[in-house]
Amino acid sequence: MFRAAVRLSVSGARSLTWTRLGCTAPLAQRCYSHGGKQETDDEFDARWVNYFNKADIDAWELRKGMNTLIGYDLVPEPKILDAALRACRRLDDLASAIRILEAVKDKSGPHKDIYPYLIQELRPTVDELGISTPEELGMDKL
Amino acid sequence: MSQPMYLDRLDTPLPDRPWKDVLDSTDKSLKQKEKGPWTALSKEEKIALYRLKFNHTYPEMKRPSHEWKTVIGGMFIVFGITGLVVFWQCHYVYPPQPHTFGEEWQAKQIQRMLDMRINPITGFSAQWDYKNKQWK
Repeated sequence: MFRAAVRLSVSGARSLTWTRLGCTAPLAQRCYSHGGKQETDDEFDARWVNYFNKADIDAWELRKGMNTLIGYDLVPEPKILDAALRACRRLDDLASAIRILEAVKDKSGPHKDIYPYLIQELRPTVDELGISTPEELGMDKL
Repeated sequence: MSQPMYLDRLDTPLPDRPWKDVLDSTDKSLKQKEKGPWTALSKEEKIALYRLKFNHTYPEMKRPSHEWKTVIGGMFIVFGITGLVVFWQCHYVYPPQPHTFGEEWQAKQIQRMLDMRINPITGFSAQWDYKNKQWK
């Protein structure tokens, strides 16, 4: 309909990384067009983990962070999602936690093996916090 | 527009406000329970909490619609109406064809063009076999 998002547009490069390293999530790529210092993938991840790990994060910051993160052309690493889910717990917001899982599944687009990998990596956190995945709640079907 | 709006968008997972703002007492007590450990919540309660905050799930947002049938159907109806208009126009609006379009005139015209050797190398007259008086 009115959706015009181009997801994982550099999918050629993504899948190269994917198959070479076996079963790892696609890496982030941040390019500064002014030719300054490039942020590495680890720096990007660390920055986002720090953002969500803020002890007194508020609901607005959680929403802003997640909406921005989903706007990037990448699927976030499990450690970023882990921090985001814990932030949801601090805010007593189970619905947003489930929504985040739905969003990253959608972000994976045609790459159907990313989401199971993410769930596998997040399983300890999800069990600890008591979050049910959309599949467990039957919300992945129409 | 100046108020926070709810919007289901695939690229905006967490909208500005929850779907249900006005909570009745059952919803409020559920929200209180949400402050405790989530392992204590049943599946139905978790689904209820999701539905309080969000309208459509992602699969519901991505559900296919039947809009294309309306579009294609409407297109054909417009073509049909246009066809009728064109037909009426041909019958009632256009003046009679010039006399130079008639069969006899066209035949004489072609013969004249061949006699004049129009485009004899690669064009019109080149296609005519002058010896056998027929098209090549």
